[in-house]
Amino acid sequence: MELREELLYSKSHEWVKKEGDEAVIGLTDYAQSELGDLVFVNLPEEDEEVTAGESFADVESVKAVSDVYSPVTGVVSAVNEELLDAPEMINESPYDAWFVRVKDITAEEELLSAEEYEAFVESEKNS
Amino acid sequence: MELKTPLYEAHVKAGGKMVSFGGYLLPVQYREGVIREHMAVRTRAGLFDVSHMGEILCEGKDALANLQMLLTNDFRNMTDGQARYSPMCNENGGTVDDLIVYRRAEEQYFIVVNAANKDKDYQWMKAHQSGDVVFTDVSASYAQIALQGPKALEILRKVAPEQSIPKKYYHAVFDARAAGIPCILSKTGYTGEDGYELYLDSGKAVELWDALLEAGKEEGLIPCGLGARDTLRMEAAMPLYGHEMNDGITPLETGLGFAVKLGKEAFIGKQALEEKGEPAITRVGLKVTGRGIIRENQDVYCGERKIGHTTSGTHAPYLGYPVAMALVDVDAAKPGTKVEADVRGRRVEAEVVALPFYRKTSQKQS
Repeated sequence: MELREELLYSKSHEWVKKEGDEAVIGLTDYAQSELGDLVFVNLPEEDEEVTAGESFADVESVKAVSDVYSPVTGVVSAVNEELLDAPEMINESPYDAWFVRVKDITAEEELLSAEEYEAFVESEKNS
Repeated sequence: MELKTPLYEAHVKAGGKMVSFGGYLLPVQYREGVIREHMAVRTRAGLFDVSHMGEILCEGKDALANLQMLLTNDFRNMTDGQARYSPMCNENGGTVDDLIVYRRAEEQYFIVVNAANKDKDYQWMKAHQSGDVVFTDVSASYAQIALQGPKALEILRKVAPEQSIPKKYYHAVFDARAAGIPCILSKTGYTGEDGYELYLDSGKAVELWDALLEAGKEEGLIPCGLGARDTLRMEAAMPLYGHEMNDGITPLETGLGFAVKLGKEAFIGKQALEEKGEPAITRVGLKVTGRGIIRENQDVYCGERKIGHTTSGTHAPYLGYPVAMALVDVDAAKPGTKVEADVRGRRVEAEVVALPFYRKTSQKQS
């Protein structure tokens, strides 16, 4: 499992990159590997509100559909529309394949460091 | 309890993601992933562990008469080694299971049934048997390995002598040898490609599995999981019990009329099928033209009218778009009909298309 030191992680397996007042959100390497080959992504629109702990997008693998949860509450300021045509980018390069950028953040989930997230994944695997 | 096939350790070692299916722990995929495994079978070859399938022997002077009564197809004109597909119906015309019957000898038949239905089928057969016949569930002693894809024959020839290899589709050699291991070698499959299924002593499964993988290295043979097995059978529009058929769906409704011989004197379910007459629903293919994947059990609409529901649906890796199969009213089943499916509250557009979605380009066996 690949991790990036500079990122924060949610327990629902999204990564968060803080850039000034905004947050960039994507799926972790562990999540994409568990989901398998992704073939579809549904993303929110710009200016939509997202809520911490609630689904803001979904990804479909060959076998199943899975929700993607927002680690923060705020307003979508940009959407990575490239993913719509190339969902395989999430499998190939999960930390470059960002989903949305969120501004006006008013709340956030408990976020983990890379080290904490690694320990969390290990404990989930063994449970 | 979840059972392990004799190949369980081999799957784990090869990076298989193990899931529960039909009471067995089987790999849904290996490291390559569903899409690459699917493409390997369409373009080269794939190896599947299908040891979860059930095997039942039907033996005795009245073996044939019992099959004629239990099953909808006609088994009278078969030769030794020949295989025939058939639904098995209940008294209401619903489907107990679909299965393959091999004639091993005049009074000896080898029946292959779905894993999840194995016990139900065996009990059903015993409850409805008559005369001089014995049904025996031999599932535990058999492993089954499927070698599928355009390179399957080339690979098989490296480990099996020519007299062990059946020449015709739906034929088997019962006293075959592959990698020196005695097996039943059948030219059948569930992928829409040319290929073979090998039935053998469970204790020899690992040896044959390894020998086939080794033999197929040059041709690009890789192990494939249940995920690819499902996407392959979907593209080939092969029905799956519990999806396209069940106790309440008749074989005629799901498009299996070719295996229902209403001209036969009698079989369980015949009267009900005749009384129902022409089915009001039928199985169709849906090509998704909108965004998203339509999966099973989604309502299908033509305008505001609900015309049926989907029975299976997935992304079709070789075709490159999502497909679904659905049971719909016959008057809405014409290819070209524009429909919509309700996918988690959102309408996704699709079009009725002819089945199968994928048909292999024919190859002559030389």
